[in-house]
Amino acid sequence: MKALVTGGTSLLGSTTARKLRARGDDVTVFQRRPSGLGAREVLADIADAEAVTRAVQGADVVIHAAAKVEMAGPWPAFEQTNIKGTVNLVRTARDSGVQRFVYVSSPSVAHAGRSLVGRPATPASPESARGSYARSKAAAERLALAANESGFSVVAVRPHLVWGPGDQQLVGRIITRARQGRLAIIGTGTALVDTTYVDNAADALVAAADRAHELGGRAFVVSNGEPRPVSELLNRIVVAAGLPPIRLRVPAAVARAAGAVFEQLWDRLNREDEPPITRFLAEQLSTAHWFDQRETRRLLAWRPAVGLDEGFSRLAEWFRASKPTGSL
Amino acid sequence: MTVRFFRPEQARDIAVIETYDPRVSRQGIGLRRLGDAGPVGSRASTAPATRPPADLPGLEPSWSRLITTPDLDGVGRTFHVLDNAVSNPRVTLLCVHGNPTWSYLWRKVVAKADPGVRVIAVDQLEMGFSERTGATRRLRQRVDDLCALTTEMGLDGPVITVGHDWGGAISLGWAARHSARLEGVVLTNTAIHQPEGSPAPALIRMARLPGVLQLVCVATPTFIDSALALSRPRIPQPVRDAFHAPYRSAGRRAGIGAFVEDIPLDPAHPSAEALDEIVAGVEKLRDIPALLLWGPSDPVFSDIYLRDLAGRLPRADIHRFVGASHLVCEDADVAGAIHAWVGQLHGSQPPPAAPPPRPPAWAGLERRARDSDVAMVEMTPRGRQRSITFADLGADVKRVAAGLVEAGVTKGDRVALLVPPGVDLAVCLYACWRTGAVVVLVDAGLGARGISRALKSAAPKYVIGIPRALVAARALRWPGERVAALPMDRRTARALGVFTTLDDVRRAGSMAALPLEPDDMDDAAVVFTSGATGPAKGVLYRHHQLQAQRDVLARLYDISDADRLVAAFAPFALYGPAIGVPSVVPAMNITAPGTLEAVALADAAAAIDATLVFASPAALANVVATSGALTPPQRAALARIRLLLSAGAPVSRSVLSAANELMPNAEPHTPYGMTEVLPVTDVTLGEIEDAGDGNGVCVGRPVFGVAVAVSPLDAVGRATGELTTVAGVTGEVCIQAAHMKESYDNLWVTQHRTTQPPGWHRSGDVGHFDAEGRLWIEGRLIHVVSTDIGPVTPVGIERAVESLPSVCQAAVVGVGPPGTQRVVLAVVPNDGCGRLHLAPETLATQVRAVTHVDVAAVLTVPALPVDKRHNSKVDRTRVATSAGTVLAGGRIRKL
Repeated sequence: MKALVTGGTSLLGSTTARKLRARGDDVTVFQRRPSGLGAREVLADIADAEAVTRAVQGADVVIHAAAKVEMAGPWPAFEQTNIKGTVNLVRTARDSGVQRFVYVSSPSVAHAGRSLVGRPATPASPESARGSYARSKAAAERLALAANESGFSVVAVRPHLVWGPGDQQLVGRIITRARQGRLAIIGTGTALVDTTYVDNAADALVAAADRAHELGGRAFVVSNGEPRPVSELLNRIVVAAGLPPIRLRVPAAVARAAGAVFEQLWDRLNREDEPPITRFLAEQLSTAHWFDQRETRRLLAWRPAVGLDEGFSRLAEWFRASKPTGSL
Repeated sequence: MTVRFFRPEQARDIAVIETYDPRVSRQGIGLRRLGDAGPVGSRASTAPATRPPADLPGLEPSWSRLITTPDLDGVGRTFHVLDNAVSNPRVTLLCVHGNPTWSYLWRKVVAKADPGVRVIAVDQLEMGFSERTGATRRLRQRVDDLCALTTEMGLDGPVITVGHDWGGAISLGWAARHSARLEGVVLTNTAIHQPEGSPAPALIRMARLPGVLQLVCVATPTFIDSALALSRPRIPQPVRDAFHAPYRSAGRRAGIGAFVEDIPLDPAHPSAEALDEIVAGVEKLRDIPALLLWGPSDPVFSDIYLRDLAGRLPRADIHRFVGASHLVCEDADVAGAIHAWVGQLHGSQPPPAAPPPRPPAWAGLERRARDSDVAMVEMTPRGRQRSITFADLGADVKRVAAGLVEAGVTKGDRVALLVPPGVDLAVCLYACWRTGAVVVLVDAGLGARGISRALKSAAPKYVIGIPRALVAARALRWPGERVAALPMDRRTARALGVFTTLDDVRRAGSMAALPLEPDDMDDAAVVFTSGATGPAKGVLYRHHQLQAQRDVLARLYDISDADRLVAAFAPFALYGPAIGVPSVVPAMNITAPGTLEAVALADAAAAIDATLVFASPAALANVVATSGALTPPQRAALARIRLLLSAGAPVSRSVLSAANELMPNAEPHTPYGMTEVLPVTDVTLGEIEDAGDGNGVCVGRPVFGVAVAVSPLDAVGRATGELTTVAGVTGEVCIQAAHMKESYDNLWVTQHRTTQPPGWHRSGDVGHFDAEGRLWIEGRLIHVVSTDIGPVTPVGIERAVESLPSVCQAAVVGVGPPGTQRVVLAVVPNDGCGRLHLAPETLATQVRAVTHVDVAAVLTVPALPVDKRHNSKVDRTRVATSAGTVLAGGRIRKL
């Protein structure tokens, strides 16, 4: 089949493109910078309508992984990339004869800050989602799924906390903070959190693309199905990078309060960089979020191929193979 | 409270307002009203019937109907009723609420109705959303109203009446008038008669004080609030609001006051005769199936009314929902119970086959009636002994049996025996059995509160107790007339409310004749043992079941007249005289079996040259721990034991083999079973060692005459009911045996739920058979973790983790919703830990390495919560709750 993958420089986008190519699909990637994947590339911003039209030409399937993924920042930027970019891509794809569209979403689109304990995927809710990223992704998911119709199947896949070798989002941030001595366990560190090893997430996207005709209009949370206490996860990541375990601890209430203060401050100062803590992050790190994966696994006919232990050993291997100072 | 609040002049006041014409009422017409003003009628007003608001929780607006029917005075009156309007029903439930509720009380009964079951719940006139007629309706008129309503509705076909509170009496009034098509009666927390010698409920008497009635019932909604406030846990606010909905003004509450006033506490009351007629009508219902569902925490309709009704309705099935109060429909699953009961009324079950005849429980005593051998020895800590020969024991049992009859005990009466194991207990027990009385045996390990609960549930007519027990009986108001097991001076006897002593009973019995022997099918015992969690359940045995248990034990352990028994384990200790085997009770604190010392056990063994030892695991563990103090002669006495038996809780292999070293010639056995049926399987220490490690604890093969099968678990860990014995299939262990209990006592719902399929006992344990036919217990059904890859049982994993050198004890629990739960290990490390927290990484890694399932988290805890009695049954439900909180990011609390 002919597939367009957006966000080809992201960990998940590039892994998905590689997997599709490996099984013989004709893949085009779409992003701002060259991906080095060796596939046909369209280099442009997702908001560039002309480039988008060019990219979707002839594609059967679109996997839309491109997004602005930042913890904080001014809303218009999120709206521009995540909402308008998605709407434009969905419309253009539909109008140019694409039949299957997989929207890469996030469980945070339906997360109101409380603990999620073994929950199924609930509808996206921009009203209650926390932070600009989650709000914009929620609105975009809703719009994308609304475009589902006969002949144009739209499926949303929400991988939870994707990580793996080369990951800049989760692993990269954790290691940077750990190196700066700023990484703390928030609260007791006991909240169970599920994550997704990148290969498993990519497999799930491919499975969703293959079965989009049966699953159109639905959203699926995807994870490894191996929740662990958050402090255990953070420590395994830093230990994989060859760093000492985390010593610092911050009470959850303090972290949430600090998050609120920093968000306000960054907003007033119009700073574009990330504040040290946000409320969203404080909540994510002090409340449980793991999911009921039964329906996802059954309907996608997918199972995570890489378990946590295997994932962490691959991560450690990757850190060892990288430069001693770390190339992140 | 001893003050009588009711004053005769009140009755006269009432009579001034309403003239009662007995001539008219005998014709069934009821009260003729002269004045319109009832006792609380000053604010009574008229209002038509209406429909309830559409948004009351649990109530479907489509159930509501308004039905107008002429009452006996020919005036059209409109009722509001809930009706699921099933056409051509196989049975109709006619539900009548009491005061101060309305048909809303029965909403779950309507909602949960099976197909083919019509449910009609009536709002009585002046109540709920029915018409406010402005008049006071008295008891007889209320029954008339109900009859008129059902005629108007054209209600024909079989009917089961359902009543609560004073609706119970009214529903029975209807039932007696329609007995030809009455299929059953269901009553919940109600009464029709004030039992002799008991004061009327203080709350009702208080509510009837002049001035109080108007204020509490009518002018303010205090009476409704008070009724709703009795429930624990609290009734949710929206539901409370719904109960208030038809009673939003004083005018709408006039009927509540009139209803309270209409309770005939005095024979002169205008409704007294109507109530007497209802009582007389119930006489006609003796052959009608009945279900009595009770909230025992009700301060108004206490257990004495339950007993009164049970006496009037011999076919009654009873369930007491422990902890539930007056509004039992809100506090417990009354609707589920009613529909389960209605369903089984229609399912025809073949009557059980007659059990094979066996010798009576006291046969061993009769066989050795001329024998001057010692039958029983009681050891005391200071080395003194009390003993009795078979001849003397047999004679004493007969004397006491005859004496009990003289004292008023008749066949079927319940007699609680609060006497420690020993000669007196044996005498009382066999004497009660001989007279046909039903003994109530309560494990002393339950503690005063547990014993209180048990006795209130079993409701013995007599209590035979040692002084300490009688003091508690008096102070805690345990039911039953008190008999002192030991001699007692008159003043003490009076102070404790004791009406006779065992010695007096003996004296009276020496000149009296023995009663007829009871039948094998008669009830024999109600036994309470401590569960790991929740209140103890009473288990009822008939004579033939106890005889079968005696015989299975004798056969299984090859017990003959050559044997002599050390009985340090209560249930089996009772059978020594029954089998004709001399027994000795060692010196020990019966409330704490874990205090039995090796020296005491050895002295007891030496006293009768014992060959058998029955001891609980806790007792055995302490014997092993204190064995250093044994002298060579004491060791020699233990070396003559041929059989060591330990039961009642899981026994650790190490304790069993250490005990085996003390008794090198004994074969250690540990039977598996429960209060409801024991033994089920049996296994020797050697067989346990042969079996090695597996998923669970190996409890051996079913003993002779016992059928064991498992009911496989479905994906979310529920037992499916399809019995199998195929090796490797995990399911709930189900048992069938001649020595199985007859039923749970006053727990019809529990009995119904655990007797599935019919004739089998669902044990609540989960396990599997191995290829050699051995049963392995994997834990309790309620502790099964329901993961997304299927059910995970705890015991096998726990044993694997406990094999780690750094782990002392482990518990497997699940967190998250059933079907997608994650497995969590709570471990007690050998080097201890301060409080519940995540285990250090090394320990977590070790634990995960020995488990075959995905373990989400490993927690360390200073100790696991265990039951007091056996000190071994882990309360995994409590561990799961704490783990769930902590692993959701909640605060760490003490376990």
